Amino acid sequence: MSAPQIEIQIIAVVVSTACAIPGTFLVLRKMAMISDAISHSILPGIVVGFFITQNISSPILVLFAALTGLLTVLLVESVNKTGLVKEDTAIGLVFPAMFSIGVILISRFAGDVHLDTHAVLVGELAFAPFDRLTVNGNDLGPKSLWVMGSILLLTLILLFAFYKELKLSTFDAQLAASLGFTPVVIHYGLMTMTSITAVGAFDAVGAILVVALMIVPASAAYLITKSLKKMLLLSVGLGITAAVSGYWAAHWVNASIGGSMATMLGIIFFLVFMFAPSTGMISVLMRRRRQKLEFAMLTFLLHLKNHQQKADSIEEQMVEHLTGHFRWSRSKAGKVLQMAEKNDMIRIDNDVVDLTEKGEQFAGEAMHYIITNKNTEPENIWNKFIMFR
Amino acid sequence: MMELFDFIQQLFTDYTSRTIGLGTIVLGIVSGVLGSYAVLRRQSLLGDAIAHAALPGIAITFLILGVKDSLFFLIGAIITGVIGTLWIMGITRFTKIKTDTALGIILTVFFGFGIVLLTLIQQMDNANQAGLEDYLFGQAATLMEEDVFIMASLGGLSLLVVGIFWKELKLLTFDPQYAKTLGFNTRFLDVLITSLIVIAIVLGLQTVGVVLMSAMLLAPAAAARQWTNKMGVMIILAAFFGALAGITGTAISASMANMSTGPTIVMVAVTLVVLSFIFSPIRGLLSRKIRELKSRKTLRKSKTLSVMYQVAINHENYDHPHSFQLLNNFRGFHKSCIRELRNEGYIAVTPDKQWKLTKKGFEEAQNLYVQKNE
Amino acid sequence: MQKPYAIEVNDLTVAYRFKPVLWDIDLKVPEGVLMGIVGPNGAGKTTLIKAILGIVKPVAGSVYIYGKPYHKNRSRVAYVPQRGSVDWDFPTTALDLVLMGSYGRLGWIKRPGKKERQGAHEALEKVGMLDFKDRQISELSGGQQQRVFLARALLEDAQVYFMDEPLQGVDATTEKAIINILKELGKAGKTVVVVHHDLQTVPEYFDWVTFLNVKKIATGPVKEIFHDDNLAKTYGINFQISEATQS
Repeated sequence: MSAPQIEIQIIAVVVSTACAIPGTFLVLRKMAMISDAISHSILPGIVVGFFITQNISSPILVLFAALTGLLTVLLVESVNKTGLVKEDTAIGLVFPAMFSIGVILISRFAGDVHLDTHAVLVGELAFAPFDRLTVNGNDLGPKSLWVMGSILLLTLILLFAFYKELKLSTFDAQLAASLGFTPVVIHYGLMTMTSITAVGAFDAVGAILVVALMIVPASAAYLITKSLKKMLLLSVGLGITAAVSGYWAAHWVNASIGGSMATMLGIIFFLVFMFAPSTGMISVLMRRRRQKLEFAMLTFLLHLKNHQQKADSIEEQMVEHLTGHFRWSRSKAGKVLQMAEKNDMIRIDNDVVDLTEKGEQFAGEAMHYIITNKNTEPENIWNKFIMFR
Repeated sequence: MMELFDFIQQLFTDYTSRTIGLGTIVLGIVSGVLGSYAVLRRQSLLGDAIAHAALPGIAITFLILGVKDSLFFLIGAIITGVIGTLWIMGITRFTKIKTDTALGIILTVFFGFGIVLLTLIQQMDNANQAGLEDYLFGQAATLMEEDVFIMASLGGLSLLVVGIFWKELKLLTFDPQYAKTLGFNTRFLDVLITSLIVIAIVLGLQTVGVVLMSAMLLAPAAAARQWTNKMGVMIILAAFFGALAGITGTAISASMANMSTGPTIVMVAVTLVVLSFIFSPIRGLLSRKIRELKSRKTLRKSKTLSVMYQVAINHENYDHPHSFQLLNNFRGFHKSCIRELRNEGYIAVTPDKQWKLTKKGFEEAQNLYVQKNE
Repeated sequence: MQKPYAIEVNDLTVAYRFKPVLWDIDLKVPEGVLMGIVGPNGAGKTTLIKAILGIVKPVAGSVYIYGKPYHKNRSRVAYVPQRGSVDWDFPTTALDLVLMGSYGRLGWIKRPGKKERQGAHEALEKVGMLDFKDRQISELSGGQQQRVFLARALLEDAQVYFMDEPLQGVDATTEKAIINILKELGKAGKTVVVVHHDLQTVPEYFDWVTFLNVKKIATGPVKEIFHDDNLAKTYGINFQISEATQS
């Protein structure tokens, strides 16, 4: 591995770590779209700042562009207040407009200077090692590493300093407010950090990839763990994995590094989405199928308990009743009866269907639970009575 | 701008310009109409995700075919757009991840993959690949006759379907539950209108590009909404605004060098929105402000008149003149209203600069008093 | 042969993600009855209406209107949803909203014509909103919006009406006007089922009442079943009519 290659990967790692941290909070606070919005709206700020400083990695530019992002957020909020359009429409208009302004400025006035319309979308990490920070003739390394590194440092400092407040205001905003931590300050602080990070990362990874690095690893982590600490670590981990693997994939086929990182993020997310234990789609589908049948069985048992009509106890008639009154298909009715019998809830004797004692007990307990505790899933009752889960 | 006028002139004379002009007008109309539904159904952000997700579809189609073919690109775009949409629905249905987040995930991931494909294609020694980058920010100048033909046919078909199911779609957008009780198949209608919106998005990609197409979908509708309270009028206006933005944006970008059409069209469209926000007589901010000021003025006049009434009734003649100084001590008195009150005949001013209530003024003030204490 | 019930509900069970919201509901409502449905928050009242009308899919159960399955007899049923269930900023006038009530009978594709517009005007007049027919619906007050919703249902000219909290948040005049219209419907032999939010007015407004709290507690003529016992069963042990009427 050559020096530039190592440097690119280090930058990639730093960028993904710096993005994953605010991204985690954005996902938890259900504000993912804000990252998309901010990354689009900072572009004109970056362009203007670039015109002024002539230096894409200048800290002044970073601050200036970040302010633009924040201002745009405020602009959207005031558009919302007028009530003339709905919130999602407001967002869908303001940020593309800002982005368009940025693109127009670039095309007209900065056509061949380092910024191009392609790079603003996914950055150009490949160039990063060649833009170096020299102080007194000493080469200190790639500029973006310094910029991004400082941002990461700042992020980590703020994270450790305000961890309690962030955690509380994210999971229980009301409690946080009542304890005196102003959630508003946290909110705007988070917005500002997001803006600064987006700007810093912009050069390396562009507008779209910044968003991907912020929300995709965090969303994947969200599906795996409920603990904030674990989620943060996992987001960072997944982000780094995507960044490094993305780099090598791009290297292998000679494609855009940024795009490749985004693709890796997509693959990782897909795998987590499908196969995560208990929250992944496959687990959920299997669980729901089982729950549906169990629930239908409960309905059936309660019906038996309530009606106790001997005339309807004959199994065939029972099936008629189910398909008629309940409007269940024959196969569904059959499956329910089978499950009930297997679990010893009903007894079928000479075509007569009867509730067993166990069935009566189960029905009774479940009913009581339903009436009194409507908001929790009665998993323990289920587990107590039903086998083969 | 000389070149701008040239372009507009050319629209009528030059074949290529005519084709391009027609294409952008068709795009504008279709975006306006279907965009209205996207806005009213709160599917604004979905349009963004679908547009971004279309990029890999276009790239893959090119890799398969080896040449640029608008129709197949369209199909490729729709396919990946649909896949993206299904995945978004899957995420929201099976996980606790919110819709916005899911949209963001699909948008960025699909788009990133599209960029990878684009850079791969760039390395291929294929002369045909130049046009693909135009799909990022759009380039109306690349519209050929067959492209416009496709846009016009598919677009026209979509508008026809909208026309046929006009009342059903209106009902579905406003009150889908009620629609169900009337016996309409809301699932079908849902899929129908969403499909049409997808088609509208995909038709615009060549002109406006994937990054900004969603704004083109929303802006004409958002602008049109400000001028009317009737859905039919809104949709027609949106079509008009869309066409206007399309043709104007294209003209402007054609007269400048190195300018993609997407950003210019979007800026024109957004300008229309801003102008509508401010100047619309029914919802606009300007007329809102004017109405506010008017009602404040009316309130001040009433208060001033009441104050004068209070003074006047303490005297046996209601029209006995009093000094203006007297009134300064009363809360609610506004000097600025005096001239208006006089012009409207509620008060009169004597030669020695004192005021008195006229009969009209006295009766009016009495009415106000009674109303206030009812 | 016995005349079929206007509304017959059997074993209706509705669950949301396997948490029961309605359980084993049996209901038989004769024709011409004006019935209120009451119960605490979260009792499933709105869900009951939606499940009957097929807006929400039940886990089990069947609904019959005049002896036929509901989905075969839709034209006989009209629905007034909760006012908060739509976005009133939608670009449409009061008249256009009421016109939607004719869509069912028109079926697919056909547009409303003179006859339907005439009907819409009449419906608006019946609820006292004819003067507002060209008003944008967001400019209407809560009570006015409710009346327009009612007019839409009236245009359907149905025999069975389901209404979800039509008196919630309306002014006194509107409340009186709506109740009058409902009573007239009852006199004309229509059956009206209303999810009602205010226990106090139940005896005054309705002939029948259904007490609901996930399960059906009781249903029948107000005179017979509106008493402390059922109230306690529905709302909790210490609930009494005297409390309800005092508050």
